[in-house]
Amino acid sequence: MADQILKDLALFTPEITLTATILLAILADLIFRRMPLVVPAVVLTGFIVTGILVAGQSGIHASIFTSMIAVDGFAVFFKMVIMLTAVLIVVFSLGSAELNTAGRSLGEYYALLGAGALGMMLMAGASNLLMMYLAIELSSISSYLLSGYTREAPDSSEAALKYVIYGALSSGLMLYGISIIYGMTGSLDIYTINLVLPQVLAAGGAGSFALLIAGVLTLAGFGYKISAVPFHFWTPDVYEGAPITITAFLSVASKAGGFAMLIRFFKVTFIDTHAVVLTVGTWSTLQGFRWVDIVAVIAVLSMTVGNLVAVWQNNLKRLLAYSSIAHAGYMLTGVVVMSNEGLSAIMVYFIVYLFMNLGAFYAVMLIAARTGSEDIDDYKGLGQRAPFLAVALAIFLVSLTGLPPTAGFIGKLYLFAALINGGWVWLAVVGALNSVIALYYYVRVFRNMFLRPDDQPGPPLLIGGVQTSVVLALLIPTLLFGLYFSPLVQLAQSSVSIFGTP
Amino acid sequence: MSIFGIGVLSWITFLPVAGMILVLMLPKERRDLIRWTSLAVAALQLVLAVLIFLKFDRSLAGINTEAGMQFLEKASWIDIASVAWFGRLHIEYFLGIDGISVVMVLLTALISFIAVISSWTIDRSVKGYFALLLLLDTGMMGVFVALDFFLFYVFWEVMLLPMYFLIGVWGGPRREYAAIKFFLYTLLGSVLMLLAMIALYFSVNVYMDPAGGLHSIAEGAKALGQGWEKIYTFNMLAMMDPGNFVPGSLLAGMDTTWRYWAYGALFIGFAIKVPIFPFHTWLPDAHVEAPTAISVILAGVLLKMGTYGMLRISFPIFPDAMRHFAWELALLGVISMVYGALVAMAQTDFKKLIAYSSVSHMGIVVLGMSSMNTQGMTGAVFQMFNHGTITAMLFLIVGVIYDRAHTRGLGEFGGLMNQMPRYAGAMTVAFFAALGLPGLSGFISEALSLLGAFQTFRTLTIIGAVTIVLTAGYMLWVLQRVFLGTLPEKWKGLTDMNGRETFMLATLGVIVIACGIYPAPVLNLMNSSLNHLSSILQHTAAATMMSGM
Repeated sequence: MADQILKDLALFTPEITLTATILLAILADLIFRRMPLVVPAVVLTGFIVTGILVAGQSGIHASIFTSMIAVDGFAVFFKMVIMLTAVLIVVFSLGSAELNTAGRSLGEYYALLGAGALGMMLMAGASNLLMMYLAIELSSISSYLLSGYTREAPDSSEAALKYVIYGALSSGLMLYGISIIYGMTGSLDIYTINLVLPQVLAAGGAGSFALLIAGVLTLAGFGYKISAVPFHFWTPDVYEGAPITITAFLSVASKAGGFAMLIRFFKVTFIDTHAVVLTVGTWSTLQGFRWVDIVAVIAVLSMTVGNLVAVWQNNLKRLLAYSSIAHAGYMLTGVVVMSNEGLSAIMVYFIVYLFMNLGAFYAVMLIAARTGSEDIDDYKGLGQRAPFLAVALAIFLVSLTGLPPTAGFIGKLYLFAALINGGWVWLAVVGALNSVIALYYYVRVFRNMFLRPDDQPGPPLLIGGVQTSVVLALLIPTLLFGLYFSPLVQLAQSSVSIFGTP
Repeated sequence: MSIFGIGVLSWITFLPVAGMILVLMLPKERRDLIRWTSLAVAALQLVLAVLIFLKFDRSLAGINTEAGMQFLEKASWIDIASVAWFGRLHIEYFLGIDGISVVMVLLTALISFIAVISSWTIDRSVKGYFALLLLLDTGMMGVFVALDFFLFYVFWEVMLLPMYFLIGVWGGPRREYAAIKFFLYTLLGSVLMLLAMIALYFSVNVYMDPAGGLHSIAEGAKALGQGWEKIYTFNMLAMMDPGNFVPGSLLAGMDTTWRYWAYGALFIGFAIKVPIFPFHTWLPDAHVEAPTAISVILAGVLLKMGTYGMLRISFPIFPDAMRHFAWELALLGVISMVYGALVAMAQTDFKKLIAYSSVSHMGIVVLGMSSMNTQGMTGAVFQMFNHGTITAMLFLIVGVIYDRAHTRGLGEFGGLMNQMPRYAGAMTVAFFAALGLPGLSGFISEALSLLGAFQTFRTLTIIGAVTIVLTAGYMLWVLQRVFLGTLPEKWKGLTDMNGRETFMLATLGVIVIACGIYPAPVLNLMNSSLNHLSSILQHTAAATMMSGM
């Protein structure tokens, strides 16, 4: 028993390191009150070490702590996405004018960032409904606090409050769903549930209906995390009100955790392990439970609603919030096909999304810090005032639209390929048409930047060398992966293994 | 043929990008240096195109055989080893030209060269303008030389953004609207093309040998060597061989519903670009707002991509669907011809009139293509070339008068014949070529298109031929309104064309006249290719009839 725990702990080192980082950050904050750079340095180092430890776990295929948490290629991939985002967010935060105002201590901010990241990492690996719930709560509570961190800004507090209320509602719904599943199967362990479910369904009666209800309720919890329609209502307000660094963090890392958990839960719990699989790399669900149809509907709704509403937005953060809802929709289509191809397409999309979305948010942050505005009208003439930043933002937006030769195109290509190969042609058509709508609102941004001169031209916006290199660090992969995507795809393809499934 | 170890097609395609990087490095105050650099790049590209023209082997057919393609360049671009559940992904950097593409390569180089000269008067953000123009050039050239669908698609999309900005930043008063309309329309078409491309990818298999060479399924089955791997492919030539389709896959077989859908998706993608009625509404806006040089490129090259795409991709890959919908295609061609001409007649804006005349003239290309015989298709491809040169002239002519008078209202002019004699000369050549006067290039291609089409679709062609009269009507009417009558007092000060303008129009005019008197050099280029394409289409018909019996 003790041996087992030690063995399991060895596989838990990234999370332990991250926990230690959080504690160290709190301590450092107490000791080095007058040296504001110590805490971020500690956090940054901790995050990087954690990231390296996570990367070192590739190839491991195990379940630890009596199948509470799985350590497999799938989890490792999403943990890497989360840690890479966290590292970038720390870098963003260091240069954020919004956060670094006089008299504000940022010690807790960085500690909370670590706590949020820890929650998301646990989400990526959790294989027990209770563990999943706790992981969601850990990341959510940190996110509530972080999105309200700039207390003096009224919309920040409003955002935090809305976030809490919606969060409470959806975790309540999710708990209810979990309790129904527990009632039906007598277990919280997703592997056991998968074994017991066929008997429950075979017994007839209200079994399959109850399961449907439970599935939908649980989906509310996941849908809230990935901000899929109709669980998206908090997203625009929170994204607009929260400090932009946190918005960026939520839009990528939190989604990564949510997606990892959603896929693991649905794949492991509802997979039909006895079905004869004709094509390698595909699977089917238990008889009498077509949850993929529900997911397909949610995907279509998310894409369409996200894109259509984004057309009317004038605040850049809000626009990107709705666009992130649409992107969640695109990625959900990869879940629908129930194949490794679909999963790897989601993963390819996630890496691409990480670079282009964080890049867009960073550019918006740099511009907002200099013009004091996130309004689309104040982007007029930016092509003249800040050519580099404007071109970079335009490239990130083109990539978000999904045009070659940017990485965003590769993400879309893989998703559409998985859909068409999986026989979901109509879903691919919906996705493709949606990217035409998306073009319209992204173009509004660069129309203002390049096509419309400013009425009173302001002075040129100056950006420092560090900021330029951060932008380049996000820009180069966005372009490079568009022309040469082999490494991206290889990484995704080698990361599809989920513990406990064939 | 290669220069410094790099194939000539890569040179001709990527030279403009190199030029773009050079231009971006120049300081933005050195406007003339930027202009001359761009001109040098375009001139060099034209020289390469002439070199290709001279070296091109007229006897090779191309279309669906690699052996028939010339100036081949092949390299592995993306290669991802297969995993248990997903086959090997192998995308090639695959360039080559045959009789259809060589004409377009020549046209693209020529029009780009003219467009750079015509852009000399641009004086706002010169650096950005020429950088985008050169990027656009690469996109256009790439489309015409790519033989891998994926590569083709990338080039196809690369053009969108430069075009958006070129219209949107340097265009007329309603430029924003025109630019976004162009962008959205084209993207709508290209996402459908993307889906068709993916569906094709998962339907076509080839064998790959360990050295990276691709072999068709029939060939591979005969000589299956060690380590040969069956893979999916984006290779267009492989897609044209019905034997390569995976049995049971989405697009396998002939005349299936899915094949019709895929053909339809490709059709919309290409038809928007041509543009064929009813997908044409973006064109007048884009043309009217675009600066002269961009109108020249738009009409001269971009529209041809649509018809080129059909000839290169839709027809050889979906000969069954092409035949099935040939009548409908011809019908749309005829509607475009007649409708374009009628709307052109009603215009009072000089540029809009020319824009609608493009719709009408491209309709002739579509009608000629749908005939499926060599004559009609030769007429179509030659018409693509001629329309490129003639319309380029027409838009330059509009540009000349607009630069001087700052208006395009046809009703405001009159009696310019004596005021601007050189201008009158150029305009007369261009207009008579456009209305199909024998002895000028337009006549030959229109006559061939209609002759070919008449053999296949009698009634439609007879209706379509009415266009000739309509075209003569509105073209002559324009000449009358601009040149004859009395010269209004306010235009007494108009100067004739300067040396730069004369050079551009004279160059194109010489080509128009030469192709009208002695078209053989251009027709020879495409003859064997179109013979072959026509036999592919006819052969499919025979095969379909056999299986129907």
